[in-house]
Amino acid sequence: MRFSVYRYNPEVDSGPRMQTYVLEQVPQGMMLLDALLEIKAQDETLSFRRSCGEGVCGSDALNINGRNGLACITPVADLKEPVEVRPLPGLPVVRDLVVDMDKFFHQYRAVQPYLIVHDPDPETERPQSPEDRDKLDGLYECILCGCCSMSCPSFWWNPDKFRGPAALLQAWRFLADSRDQATEHRLQELEGPYRMFRCHTIMNCVDVCPKGLNPTLAINNIKKLMLKHLV
Amino acid sequence: MNLECRKFDALVIGAGGGGLRAALQLSQADASVAVVSKVFPTRSHTVAAQGGMNAALANVSPDNWHWHMYDTVKGSDYLGDQDAIEYMCRAASHLVIELEHQGVPFSRLDNGKIYQRPFGGQSQNFGGAQAARTCAAADRTGHAILHTLYQQNIQARTHFFDEYFAIDLLMDKDGFVLGALVLRIETGELLIIEAKTTLLATGGVGRLFRTNTNARINTGDGMAMVLRAGIPLQDMEFFQFHPTGIAGKGMLITEGVRGEGGYLLNGDGERFMERYAPNAKDLASRDVVSRAIAVEVREGRGCGPDKDHVMLKLDHLGSEIIKKRLPGIRDTCITFLHIDPVEQPIPVFPTAHYTMGGIPTNRYGQVVVPVKQSPEEPIPGLYAVGECACVSVHGANRLGGNSLLDIVVFGRAAGNHIIEFLRENRYHRPMQNAQDSIDRALARLARWEQRREGETVDELRKELQKTMEFYCGVFRTRDVLEQGVKKMLEIEQRVAQATLRDHSQVFNTARIEALELENLVDTGLATVVSALAREESRGAHSREDFPERDDQRWLKHSLYYQEQNRLDYKPVRIKPLTVESFPPKPRVY
Ligand SMILES: Cc1cc2nc3c(=O)[nH]c(=O)nc-3n(C[C@H](O)[C@H](O)[C@H](O)COP(=O)(O)OP(=O)(O)OC[C@H]3O[C@@H](n4cnc5c(N)ncnc54)[C@H](O)[C@@H]3O)c2cc1C
Ligand code: SF4
Ligand code: SF4
Ligand code: FES
Repeated sequence: MRFSVYRYNPEVDSGPRMQTYVLEQVPQGMMLLDALLEIKAQDETLSFRRSCGEGVCGSDALNINGRNGLACITPVADLKEPVEVRPLPGLPVVRDLVVDMDKFFHQYRAVQPYLIVHDPDPETERPQSPEDRDKLDGLYECILCGCCSMSCPSFWWNPDKFRGPAALLQAWRFLADSRDQATEHRLQELEGPYRMFRCHTIMNCVDVCPKGLNPTLAINNIKKLMLKHLV
Repeated sequence: MNLECRKFDALVIGAGGGGLRAALQLSQADASVAVVSKVFPTRSHTVAAQGGMNAALANVSPDNWHWHMYDTVKGSDYLGDQDAIEYMCRAASHLVIELEHQGVPFSRLDNGKIYQRPFGGQSQNFGGAQAARTCAAADRTGHAILHTLYQQNIQARTHFFDEYFAIDLLMDKDGFVLGALVLRIETGELLIIEAKTTLLATGGVGRLFRTNTNARINTGDGMAMVLRAGIPLQDMEFFQFHPTGIAGKGMLITEGVRGEGGYLLNGDGERFMERYAPNAKDLASRDVVSRAIAVEVREGRGCGPDKDHVMLKLDHLGSEIIKKRLPGIRDTCITFLHIDPVEQPIPVFPTAHYTMGGIPTNRYGQVVVPVKQSPEEPIPGLYAVGECACVSVHGANRLGGNSLLDIVVFGRAAGNHIIEFLRENRYHRPMQNAQDSIDRALARLARWEQRREGETVDELRKELQKTMEFYCGVFRTRDVLEQGVKKMLEIEQRVAQATLRDHSQVFNTARIEALELENLVDTGLATVVSALAREESRGAHSREDFPERDDQRWLKHSLYYQEQNRLDYKPVRIKPLTVESFPPKPRVY
């Protein structure tokens, strides 16, 4: 099987290039991460991130045949040859398939992704009904892989100002939590033309999320809640 | 060489649950804290924990911390230290509730309380009916806890060094630990982080074995750093094989599946656990279930064309329960096996999972070593918590759900002790006195820069993992272990001659893997050498040539020193803090 892999090492390369690798054997069930590890066994100089190997840590988000996804849960059998593997678009490339995610994490931290509670903590757990808890499903599972934000044209153009789908999904995760007491504050923080309103509902983010989460829906929910708070 | 140097009150190496819980305690007490992690914090392995965290909240079945303590001592096959176990089980409920307050999205019961599920080895009333003690956020509890702890640290404004690789501890002539030498992966720059205390929370070493449930980053770095500083590792022969890894692949299928009512079947369609553990059945301790599966397969009662695994059946739970309580393992099965557990059983086999042994500590997280008459003298300035440490609350066999508990309980305890230490030790000690350890670490790095032909890191790592799996697996004998030690010593020699093909500075993952391989060699040797010496069967350490537990000779902790692969021993702390101790009894489930 043929792979065409984006290579760039700022110490030696004047610019990026694509390098072809061939794997003679592709065992059944091979994931793209397994393939990249085989390639790295042949050519140690190829750099990429990886850790869990099962789609839970968010390390190995890549652009695979033009689409963002996690290498470790992408079966190579489903991919058209030569498989084109590139770093996530929209962020500076550090080397090969490794991008600098600082801006992405900055936007995440900016939505204050933690529970804000003003009342004193009770001695026991704060009660939450199963129905209220269900509202967090589809939100808390985000693994911060960046597939969504790095497929969002609004984020590409404004990574400094637009929070992006991943961070907005987390903003909604806390707004939706029956235990959180900072609704007004959180909504105010998202006002203005950029932070949230740069989203033009292009839906790329929903398409690519490897965990099946829906940032667009979260963004719409925030907008609805804002309207409710206006009246 | 003039190295850049940064100064903090406290250095935390590792941003899994253990490191983050400690860092939070310190940041909230206004200490300046640096957290160093070789991956972005939420990529740490704690994220993968599935089933949950134990605490006797009694939300589902009657329960109290003393029963939890009994189960943990019994589960440990009496090798656990009962003072630390009492401390942990008493603290458990408080810490789960604290996590809830911090925002962990626990699953809930109809009355709004935290959902708890039964897990292996849990009983009511000191060995009676099954208890339901494991607090869960669906089957993504580790993810929920790790993200929450990271978020809390964002709020507390902890200082993070993301993607920095710790190379070695810096120790002065008086034996104080003054910080660590770290490598910034993005640029290849070296940096000294100076601190009055250093806490290791670098996780386990599941990557010693070819088939394992662990992330690729679990290479025992902190444990190896400690060995190289002349400090021993404790009880390394005890490595947990989880009964239900996906056969041949290794991804974990949580014990929560059996907790929710799933069970194991052999090739004859028999529920074989009834024969091995008439009471607890599929929820016996992990060592017991893993051995039972291995025996079934060895005696020809396995499943599949090669009869090399057993089946975990759960379709009878119904699709609603599976989708609600076990969504993560359902995804994993669909992705990696093309099997939907709502309809079909899952092929499973015992898989290397958890490092019970590690850096010897007391219940404050202080690293302790034998000095003259005292078996446990603290090394000033050095702490360890989590899977890299050995308190020891898990003894010879960890109970499921006790590790997430361990990391938050002792992460917090170490944080508190460090705060005290900082109060009494106001100034940094002079770094000049640690020049020797800096030079040694630099020499180890420099040797990888030699440009010549040699074996590759990748080949040698594969060989090491095969060796450990074959010569130090579920069942062990003197013969096999002796060969294992010999092979590992050979591999050690060859690794010393191995070479890198990539010498660049920017994000050089090949170099990181080389350093990780050295750490695997150091911890692997600790494991086989300790296993060869222990001539009894206890918990996860199962010697076919010594099938019985031998409390007369072996109710003691092993201590392995790297120098000449030497072993020493120290007594188990049988005396709890306030209650009567649980004396060793035959262990039946
Ligand atoms: C698949 C799976 C499921 C599990 N499920 C459960 C469960 O349901 N319940 C339970 O109680 N336990 C469970 N466990 C066990 C539990 O998850 C772990 O034991 C625990 O999370 C370990 O946490 P830790 O903080 O010690 O280390 P980790 O979370 O492994 O973190 C280690 C940290 O150290 C850093 N690090 C390591 N080396 C270096 C270095 N050289 N330089 C810089 N940083 C370094 C890493 O970057 C990382 O941040 C499970 C384990 C696995 C493998
Ligand atoms: S829907 Fe909004 S956030 Fe998602 S890709 Fe489109 S613009 Fe970006
Ligand atoms: S929302 Fe989905 S794609 Fe976006 S960061 Fe989270 S897991 Fe990744
Ligand atoms: S390696 Fe963890 S998500 Fe792929």
